[in-house]
Order: sequence, then C-alpha cells, then structure tokens
Amino acid sequence: MSDKILEVRDLQVTFDMFQGSVQAVRGVSWYLNRKETIGIVGESGCGKSVTIKTAIGLNPKSSGSVKGGEVLFEGTDILSLSEKEIRSILGNRMSMIFQDPFTFLNPTMTVGRQIMEVYLQHHPVSHREAREKALNILRIISFPNPEENMKRYPHQLSGGMRQRIMIAMALICDPAVLFADEPTTALDVTIQAQIVDLMNSLKDKLDTSIVLITHDMGVVAKMVDRVYVMYAGKIVEHGDAVTIFHHPRHPYTWGLLESVPRLDERTQEALPSIPGMPPDLIAPPKGCPFAARCRYAMSVCSRQEPEAYTLPEEGHWSACYLCHPDYIRLHGEKEWRSDQDV
Amino acid sequence: MSQTPLTELDFEPIGGEIGLDPESKRKKTTYWKDVWRNFKKNKAAFVSLFVIALLILLVLIGPGMNPFDYRTNDYSVINFPPDSVHWFGTDTMGRDIWTRVWEGGRVSLLIALLGTLFPELIGMAIGGISGYFGGKVDMVIMRMIDVLMGIPSLIYMILLMLVFGSGNIVTLIIAISITGWMGAARSTRGLVLQLKGRDFVVASKTLGGSAGWIILRRLIPNILGYRVVSITMSIPSVIFYEAFLSYIGLGVTPPVPSWGQLIKSAGENFRYYPYQFIIPCMMVGITMLSFNLVGDGLRDALDPRLRT
Amino acid sequence: MAKYILQKVLIAIATVFVLATATFFMMKLIPGDPFASLTTKIQVQEKQRIYYGLDKPVVEQYFIYMGNLLRGNLGYSIKKVGRTVVDIIAEAFPVSAKLGLISFIIAEMIGYLFGILCAQFRGKWPDYLLMIFAVLGIAMPSMVIGPLLRWLLGVVLRILPVTGWGSVQQIIMPAFVLGLGTIAGNTRAMRASMLSTMTQDYVMTARAKGLPLWKVVLHHEFKNSLVPLIANLGPGIAGIMMGSFVVESMFLIPGLGRYFVDSITNLDYPLIMGLTIFYGTFLVTLNLLVDVLYGFIDPRIRETVKGAAK
Repeated sequence: MSDKILEVRDLQVTFDMFQGSVQAVRGVSWYLNRKETIGIVGESGCGKSVTIKTAIGLNPKSSGSVKGGEVLFEGTDILSLSEKEIRSILGNRMSMIFQDPFTFLNPTMTVGRQIMEVYLQHHPVSHREAREKALNILRIISFPNPEENMKRYPHQLSGGMRQRIMIAMALICDPAVLFADEPTTALDVTIQAQIVDLMNSLKDKLDTSIVLITHDMGVVAKMVDRVYVMYAGKIVEHGDAVTIFHHPRHPYTWGLLESVPRLDERTQEALPSIPGMPPDLIAPPKGCPFAARCRYAMSVCSRQEPEAYTLPEEGHWSACYLCHPDYIRLHGEKEWRSDQDV
Repeated sequence: MSQTPLTELDFEPIGGEIGLDPESKRKKTTYWKDVWRNFKKNKAAFVSLFVIALLILLVLIGPGMNPFDYRTNDYSVINFPPDSVHWFGTDTMGRDIWTRVWEGGRVSLLIALLGTLFPELIGMAIGGISGYFGGKVDMVIMRMIDVLMGIPSLIYMILLMLVFGSGNIVTLIIAISITGWMGAARSTRGLVLQLKGRDFVVASKTLGGSAGWIILRRLIPNILGYRVVSITMSIPSVIFYEAFLSYIGLGVTPPVPSWGQLIKSAGENFRYYPYQFIIPCMMVGITMLSFNLVGDGLRDALDPRLRT
Repeated sequence: MAKYILQKVLIAIATVFVLATATFFMMKLIPGDPFASLTTKIQVQEKQRIYYGLDKPVVEQYFIYMGNLLRGNLGYSIKKVGRTVVDIIAEAFPVSAKLGLISFIIAEMIGYLFGILCAQFRGKWPDYLLMIFAVLGIAMPSMVIGPLLRWLLGVVLRILPVTGWGSVQQIIMPAFVLGLGTIAGNTRAMRASMLSTMTQDYVMTARAKGLPLWKVVLHHEFKNSLVPLIANLGPGIAGIMMGSFVVESMFLIPGLGRYFVDSITNLDYPLIMGLTIFYGTFLVTLNLLVDVLYGFIDPRIRETVKGAAK
C-alpha cells in the first residue's frame, strides 16, 4: 500500500441554483500521507470545505453533485461506494470536526450521549463500555470533570468545552483521517490557542492523519506539514509549510500571509486584506481567476489559465505566470517582498 | 509546460486595469420580482389565486344570471335536482340554489373579508401603540392580551353573539373583530419593536416626525409586508367561524343565506337531497383551500430561506 | 423557573377572573327574558325571578355569583329543572373528555408521523399525497366532513353506526371527524419544523457520525422539531373542544359540547354561564400545564423567558 492514505484526484463539484450551476470545485487534486497533517487554506467560499463535504456525502444530494474525479481512501474510491459502505467509514475511519461548536451540537441531547452515540454505532458494545470509552477519550483531551459534564447539555458548556466535545466525538473511534473544518474560527483567541495546542498534542498521541481546512494562516503555521492554497475552486499553490511561509510564489498566498496579525510588531496600521471579491463561479473567468484582484496581473493572465509550474523546492509548485519558466528567463524570480517578510 | 513560449508582451503588467469587482454574471432580480417568481413557481398557489378571482366574480354576478331571487318560495318546485332551469336545483322551500349559493357567498365572503380586515386594523393599532410607546403602556396592553388570549376567541364570540343578538351580518363582524385582534396586536408589537431601532425610523424621529406620522407612514407599510401571510391565512378561519356559528344557531338567520347557513339547513336532509348539501360544502372547501394555498405560496415566496 | 411558573399562574388566575366577570355582565345585557312565556302567569314568573335571585340589584347578584363560583356552585339549569350545572358537567364531561382525549392523542401522533414523512420525502409523491390530505383536512370543517362520512360509512357502506355513544364502533367516526383538523394542522406544522431542523448544522454532525437515516431522523431531527410544536398543543386542545360542539350534536353524543349547543338554542342562561366558565377554566389550566411543560422540556426557553421577564 502506498504511503498516501487519502488522495483526491481531479474532483469537480457543482451546485445547481436558480441562477445557474455554480462550479464550486473545479478539478482539485491533493493527497494526504499517513501520520501527516496538511492544510487547505483559502478565503471562505473558495470551495475548500465543499470538496470534503460533498466527497463524503454530507452535502444534500439535491443541491451539490460530484461531476467527476476520485476520492481514494486507502486505495478505494469512496465515490463509488454505496451509502451504507460510506456510513461504515464515516465517524469511524474518517471523522470530522466542524467549525462552530455552538450550532453543530444537538441542543436537546446530553453531550455524553452525543459522544457515545458514535462509538455505539461502529462497535458492538454495551452502553457501559461506550460510556467508559467516552470518559477515556475525554480524559485524553483533558476535559474537566468528565463524569459530571457528560450529563450536561451543550448550552450549559463554554465554547472551548463544546469544541472539545466535538473533538472527542471525532476521535473516539480512532479514525485514520480527521477533517478539521475551521476548528478554531468560532472561538475567541485564547481558546483558539488551547484548541491548537490540544490538537498538536493529539497528533503525537494518536495515529491519525489530519486535513485542516482553514483561512487562518496563523493556525496553519502552528500545525501542518504541507499546505495547499485554494482559490476559486482550484489549488493555486502547494508546498511544505516551511516553503509556503518562507518562499511563497503565488500572489494570492502573499495576500493571505499579509493578512495574518503579528504579535511581534506594533503597528497602527489596519491589517491589510486582499481587495475585491472572488469571481462568480457560475461563469468562471477565462484566464487566471485571481487576475482581477492581483496587483501583478499581466496581459497573459486574463487570456489563458496558468498551469502548475514546478519550483525548485521539494514538491513546490504554483499556478501563476510569475513562475512560468519564460517569465523567470526574462525577469528573474519574483519573490515575496513584503515589509512583513518572515 | 505551454506549447508556445510566452514573450515579453505577455508579461505586460496590467494590474488594476481589470477592475476589482468583477461584473456578476447572475441574472438581476429585485425583491418583489423574486417573490412573484417564487409564487408563480408554486402551481397550487397560482391556480388558487385564479380560483379566488373566479369565486369573487361569480359571487358578484351569479345571483343576476337567472331570473330567481334568494328569498321567494315556490312550492311548485320543492327539492328539484339540478336541471337547465335551476342549475343547482331547488331547496325544501323551492328556492333556487344557484342564486342562494352566490348570494350566500356574498355574505360569507363579506364576513370573511371584513372579519379579517377589522381585527387586523384594531390589532395593528393597539400593537403599534404598545410597541411604539413601550414602557408602562406596553406592559399593561401586553398583560391584557395575555389574559384575553388565554381563552379561545370562540367562547367570547358566542357570548357576544348572545348579547348582540344573532342573525345579523353586522353583529357577526363586530363579534369577530372584538375577539380576533389579539394575535395581530402581538405580532405587530414585535415587528414595531424590531423596526423602531432601524435607521429609517430613527431618521424620521430625529427630523421631528410626529408619533402618528411615523406609525402611519413608516411602520405600517413595513409591517403590512410581514403580516400579509397571516392576513391571507385568517380568511379561511373566519369563513370557518361563520359556518360554525351558523351551525350552532348563532349565525345569520334565514332567509338570508350564507354558506354556513346553507350547510346547516341542508345537512339535515343530506341523505335525501345530497346536492343541496354538497354544493355549499364545496364552496366553503374550495374557498378555504384556495386561501390556504395562496397563503402557503406567499409565505414560501416571502421567506428567502426556502428559496431555491 | 419558579418566577416563570408564578407569572404564568397569575395570568391564568386573571384570565379566569376576567372571563367570569365578563360572562356575568354579558348575560345581564342579553335581550330577552328566559321566564317570559305566554302560558305562565305573571305572578309565577315573578316568583321564578325571586327563586333564581334575579330580583336583586345587579351588583349584588354579581357578588353572590362570584361567591358561589368560589365555592364551586354554578347554579341551576333553567330548562332542565332541578338539575345543577355542576351535576350536568359531572355527568357529561367524562364523555367529552374520553372522546376528546382519544381523538387528540391519536391525531397528534398521526400528524407528527405524516409531517416527518412529508419532510423526508420533500417534493416527492408521498409529500404531495399527504399534503393534499392535510390541506383538505384544514379546508373541510367538521360540519362538512361529518355528514359526508356518516352518509358514506353509515348509510352507503353500513360499516359504522351513524349516532350514539358507548361502543367502540360508535367512537371511531366522531373521533376521526374531531381529530381530522388536528392531524392536518400537525402534519403541516411538523413538516415545516422538520424542514427547518433538517438544515441545522447538528444534523450534519449526526450524519458525519455515520448514523443510519432513521437514527438521524429520530434522535436528532424529531426531538428538536418537536420543541416548537409544543406551543401548538394549547390551540390544538381548544380546537378539539370547539369541534366537540359540532361533533357531539351531530352524532348525538351525550357530552358537554352537545349540552352547550343545546343551552344556547334554549337560552338556558345559567347553563351557558356555567359551561362557559367551566370551559374557560379548563382551557386556561391546560394552557398553563403546556407552558410549564415547555419550560421543563427546553431549558433554553426557560432561561430566555426568565431573561425577558426582567
């Protein structure tokens, strides 16, 4: 078996709306190795979480549909599996931590039951054994007062505690792959740090590979091995974390990095953000989708879409004409020249 | 890599020229156009709208379409089944049912319309005052509504009908109005509280608009939009009230027909003369059905969350 | 919670008080004289007035009346000579309660089931079929559907008795006619509630756990959809009660609803007053129970109500 536990190949997802078909994911490929953490980053609406949710059947069939591609989990294409087969994987071998612990927990069920429910679904055990297992996982994630709090309802717990419940639910079956969809976005800053630390410590304790989906480059820096930068339904840059943070080559990645708040510099200036809006994916632009917002846009950019251009670092590539061999031949390498250079 | 090598020309910077906000390719649409489009998509609601229009038309012109009137007894044609002279047949007193059904429709629909409109107006006025002024006024009015809503309006309605004396369209509408305004008041108050903080109301206030003017010109038009669904939905319940009160003997008195009255009097010999019963029943059924479906369609069309 | 319940209890008491007072004074305003009769002598009519206390000043009558109410004395029926209103209630209410309860519970459950089915099959034929049924159920008041069913099942098919009370067969048809509106209303309400619950984030969490559909529906969607429907229980009970006026008269069932309609036709004022107050108090009490139940089932509501009451 290859080292790749999960591989997405050329996935295409569209949503049918009254105004037309939104091409939310337009031929995305990425892979995840065993015991690895990758980050898929991009603004909201770029298609990063749709990729996952649609692939594992969480988006309602009526609106979103997979138009092509494969999602290989341990070698089998899960898009070809029956609903029942997918259910036996979900929550068990592959699980998910969602964005908002305020809305993603059932308000009328005790959190203990919500955790146990997953384990009972996938293991032929008694209620007592499931309870033991739930207590165990809560202790691993150092959840305060697990016996007491398992009897509580979500609204009686704090945001950080609820997110830990979500984590416990996702980890109770020892999944091979864990998706974390913006796991810290809805939390306040101090809690965010705690959750990131917790997930980092879990990486060492458990045998789980993680796909982190976020727009927060700060969280990415603290957690992941490799980064995929996604924009308008496509991956625009890929590389290991060190490369992406030190030698990013796509102007969109530069924009994302510039919008990370820094604690080591005092500044009166507003945090820069990328101006403009992502393109409407009902009719994606002919050229580079980022061209309209790119301060380096060139005449070729609006004419034809760039391909992935391989760069010297291991596995590093970027879909930008600034990395085109001919551009480099004529103008040399364009590096990120920000006053915030890392 | 690409087949044709790129040249200096291709790398001409054009940053900013493309424009930051790409022109959206989506079809342009406004709120009310959107509502209408969604409403039309709901076939049942759309058809119901035509049915209601047709009913109103027939109620207006129906009684004049044949030579009979609704109250003259003709003992030579008692209990005739529908034929080419009496299109819906005749009743136990030889009166033409076609004429009586549409004449009764006038009464029932008039009661339904006014019995919906008046409580709505009373409710909007009281709810508007309560929400607009707030404080003690609001407290007193809301407690009063809490108390009055504790008992179904039908009980008050029965008492009022006994006091006013039944048999009269006016007393029926008054009774329905006195007992039915609380729901509208409560909902209006909630909406006023929401709207009060909005910029356009605050602006009117700062510019010295009087309370009455703000309520009338700023709040009510906005509230009507929200209330239109429940107004539509309460028409069938008023039709039901009329039928119910007629059934227990508190509705309009014969010979004035109303649908409830026709159902009640024909229900007694339903076994022998089913057409006398079924025709007014169908009128009530179709009317209630149509208004319900239009209300459903409106609600779905107005609610952006349900749009697809 | 205690404050929440206390507030509801106070409103309930005020409601009953207002109802009793309003009933009394409205009865005084009613035109027509129950003793006016061409066959009884004027002197006899006078004696009857004195016997029923109608010769005293209105205010005095009011206090006597309220005092009697507190002692549970609702007076005598005028037309059913020698019988107290309380007697009549004690005899007829169990009949109405039995019919109402059977029809209410079954109708609630069927309505929920239909609503769930509609939501699950949204836009497919089971949804359309059940919604047509639900809309017809709402558009067909009991005075319409009752005679139709009696004719179809009782006269044409001869499978159920058309009137009477006592046997199981005699309950089926009135219970159905009585419950139809509740079934229809609950189908629609549950469908709407389910449809909004189904788009909630926690349902996605439940599906991401790999749960089979029935568990997602039952454990995650149904219970959360039920919470807003508790508010419909009160009006639902009131609807059944109103329906019982028609259904009991139609099927000749010796329940309270039939007495109420008879008392209106006969202008039996003490009976009308007594039954109005009884019905009002009964409903207010049930609404109070529903409110308290609501507070217990959904602790979030209890907390927001407490917050809002400040």
